Amino acid sequence: MKLSRKKRRLWIVVLAGLGLGTATALTLTAFQDNLVFFLAPSEIAARNPGPERAFRLGGLVEAGSLVKNTTPDGRPEARFRVTDGPATVPVTYVGVLPDLFREGQGVVTLGKLSPDGEFRASEVLARHDETYMPPEVADALKRTGHWDPKEGAPPPAASWNTMQPAPVRQGS
Amino acid sequence: MIAELGHFALALALALALAQTVVPLWGAARHDARLMAAAGPLAFGHLLACAAGFAALLVAFAVNDTSVVNVVQNSHSAKPMLYKLAGAWGNHEGSMVLWVLILALCGGAVAGFGRDLPTTLKARVLGVLGLVAVGFMAFILATSNPFGRVWPPAPDGQGLNPVLQDPGLAFHPPLLYLGYVGFAVTFAFAVAALLEGRVDAAWGRWVRPWALAAWSFLTLGIALGSWWAYYELGWGGYWFWDPVENASLLPWLAGTALLHSAVVVEKREALKVWTVLLALLAFGFSLLGTFLVRSGVLNSVHAFANDPERGVFILALLLFYIGGAFALFAWRGPAMAPTGMFAPLSREGGLVLNNLLLCSAAAVVLAGTLWPMFADLLFGQKISVGPPFFNTAILPLTVPLVLAMAAGPLLPWKRAKLWPVLQRLWWAALGAAAALLLCLAFAGWRVGPALGFGAALWLILGAAADIADRIALFRHPRFLHLGAAWSRAKGLPRAAWGAAMAHAGLGVTLLGVAGMGLATDNLSALRPGQSVTLGGYEWRLDKVEDAIGPNWSARRATVTVSRNGATVTVLHPERRFFPVGRTTTTEAAIETGLSGDLYAVMGEEQDGATVLRLHHNLLAPWIWLGAVLMALGGAISLTDRRIRVAAPATKRATAMAAKA
Repeated sequence: MKLSRKKRRLWIVVLAGLGLGTATALTLTAFQDNLVFFLAPSEIAARNPGPERAFRLGGLVEAGSLVKNTTPDGRPEARFRVTDGPATVPVTYVGVLPDLFREGQGVVTLGKLSPDGEFRASEVLARHDETYMPPEVADALKRTGHWDPKEGAPPPAASWNTMQPAPVRQGS
Repeated sequence: MIAELGHFALALALALALAQTVVPLWGAARHDARLMAAAGPLAFGHLLACAAGFAALLVAFAVNDTSVVNVVQNSHSAKPMLYKLAGAWGNHEGSMVLWVLILALCGGAVAGFGRDLPTTLKARVLGVLGLVAVGFMAFILATSNPFGRVWPPAPDGQGLNPVLQDPGLAFHPPLLYLGYVGFAVTFAFAVAALLEGRVDAAWGRWVRPWALAAWSFLTLGIALGSWWAYYELGWGGYWFWDPVENASLLPWLAGTALLHSAVVVEKREALKVWTVLLALLAFGFSLLGTFLVRSGVLNSVHAFANDPERGVFILALLLFYIGGAFALFAWRGPAMAPTGMFAPLSREGGLVLNNLLLCSAAAVVLAGTLWPMFADLLFGQKISVGPPFFNTAILPLTVPLVLAMAAGPLLPWKRAKLWPVLQRLWWAALGAAAALLLCLAFAGWRVGPALGFGAALWLILGAAADIADRIALFRHPRFLHLGAAWSRAKGLPRAAWGAAMAHAGLGVTLLGVAGMGLATDNLSALRPGQSVTLGGYEWRLDKVEDAIGPNWSARRATVTVSRNGATVTVLHPERRFFPVGRTTTTEAAIETGLSGDLYAVMGEEQDGATVLRLHHNLLAPWIWLGAVLMALGGAISLTDRRIRVAAPATKRATAMAAKA
């Protein structure tokens, strides 16, 4: 089978197009099912992710909310509440909490919201060092007007539900 | 004083890099042999200056000079010496110095080993390497000076992140950078070729060893990083599709494609423009990785200090080098007329398919890695793209890649027929099918791991079939001509052995990946004396006690693992507390064996019970063993005579090439 130069080039273009098309199609379908949204507690009501969809919930761990116990089959379970000020979501997590998990500090959890309003986390991320604030959490706090990173350390999480939003500053 | 000397050495290196850029490029444009001849000495001078700067940094860390900001922020007198030294590149500034040092090493290697390169090509390659060095030296001096002083000196340093206090830090970044920066050389060759307006078989022969070396180092670097994450982070996994892992995978994918397309340039003078493009892409991805890691635009385990100024600087560098190279490509690329015809079904065709699939995979990884950033910028959406996305999108591309991978090396050049190739692979197919069915039968109906085992066997046996075919082991069906086969095996080009080994290496890695698909784990709170059963083993918690290290104190558990009453091993997972920096790390205890790893992580203690996370990771070590085989394959190819001697091929090599 002898192919002319033009035909050969056509072949390559077709193949390349096919490859690129496949890659795009794969990416888009995989995107549709597997994009994970980040929601702060106060955004859940508006976005209503439903019990099937996994999403990432982030905020501050409310001070004094952490309760650790053991499930009937002997696995460690942690319950705590994540807040961004206007709203708070109870979270249960079966597993080992990361070393840097602390009350009053930022946390990002991955999981699904069960119909009873409890967030069942399959992963809890609290990485880096103890002064670290996940950017999404900092952003969520900024949006609700509770804290701006420029103001320094975040206020204690126990006061979040009762706190008044900070006055909106210009240029921030 | 040492710090100032180091700073001066870096400034000197910048000046030399500037000279290394201007003089040879100017000389090449004017065909001035004297100017071009300056390239080599300038490259060596630049290397010396970089080495002096790096040595000064090492000294500052070794003596714990607390008047240097970088030392204060990242070191501590109580650290073991290995981590003091390795800590020199465990931070942004120091790792950038390592980066430019390795770039300078590459320049020195081109100047030293490239004696047979045509003068203008060599001058241009060194000039382009100099230009890359200029940008990054300027970046260091302008935004990331590792030698900044603090007055008065701090009483002691703030310590290094405990997770980094590991031998992995000593080897992972240098190997990875050798890979990343190695692609700067192929990039320089590509830009030089565009400047010359000529790509030929000789160019392919010169580029290939550099691509091979960079690829081998990158493979090792990625594997080492993955292994480090596996044993240090204690999450029990080996690959998390973390943005920074992806950033290293992108140049690897492009580099793998480059490696294969350069063969076509060398052997058949086809795919020239494409190969040049791949060389630009591979380094572009390296730079993109640098940008992603250091600007802090993406969230990952590798968080260097987030600094927008640095991010903007690196973005500018990225746009300058890659934008400039692509502009040059658009201008000069079309002038390079394609030659070398081939039918779609041929060795060349197979390599084109390899390139298409690898590039598609790179595109998918790129999209998944960058999309969160764009979604945030464009729509203000906070999203993340996790492992499920990558697994779903990459798998369909891997299947044809693996299928074609065993057949490709058996295809003859120019035009081929599929049937004879399949005939030579029937026993590999048989082995793969057997592995697939056995896995389905014995491990439950688990399709993913079964496919993995099938693919692994297909690749390993396929590589064996390739070698068997080349040495005509089974040419005479009734009896084996072992003596004749042995003499043919000795005569086989090393590149053929290397390729077969690298392909088999991927098979071995897939074996481990498939095994990890069947891994089991258990999470439970145990009291001393209690035990759980996992993976056919009984894991008993004996005791939990205190332990002391050089700069940490720990709680250490003793877990006895036994099988049928006989003790297999005793594991000691720890939770270490580092007073400097007040951080806790978990140290996984791992018993490695050929059949898999026994992996124990200790969690918190409460009410006398200790949380233990136990993993039985089937075949896990094979993942990294396979990567070592791949890199070894690259190294064996590098010793091939045709590559080592970049002179016109000898008669013998030509004869071999014709046979291959």
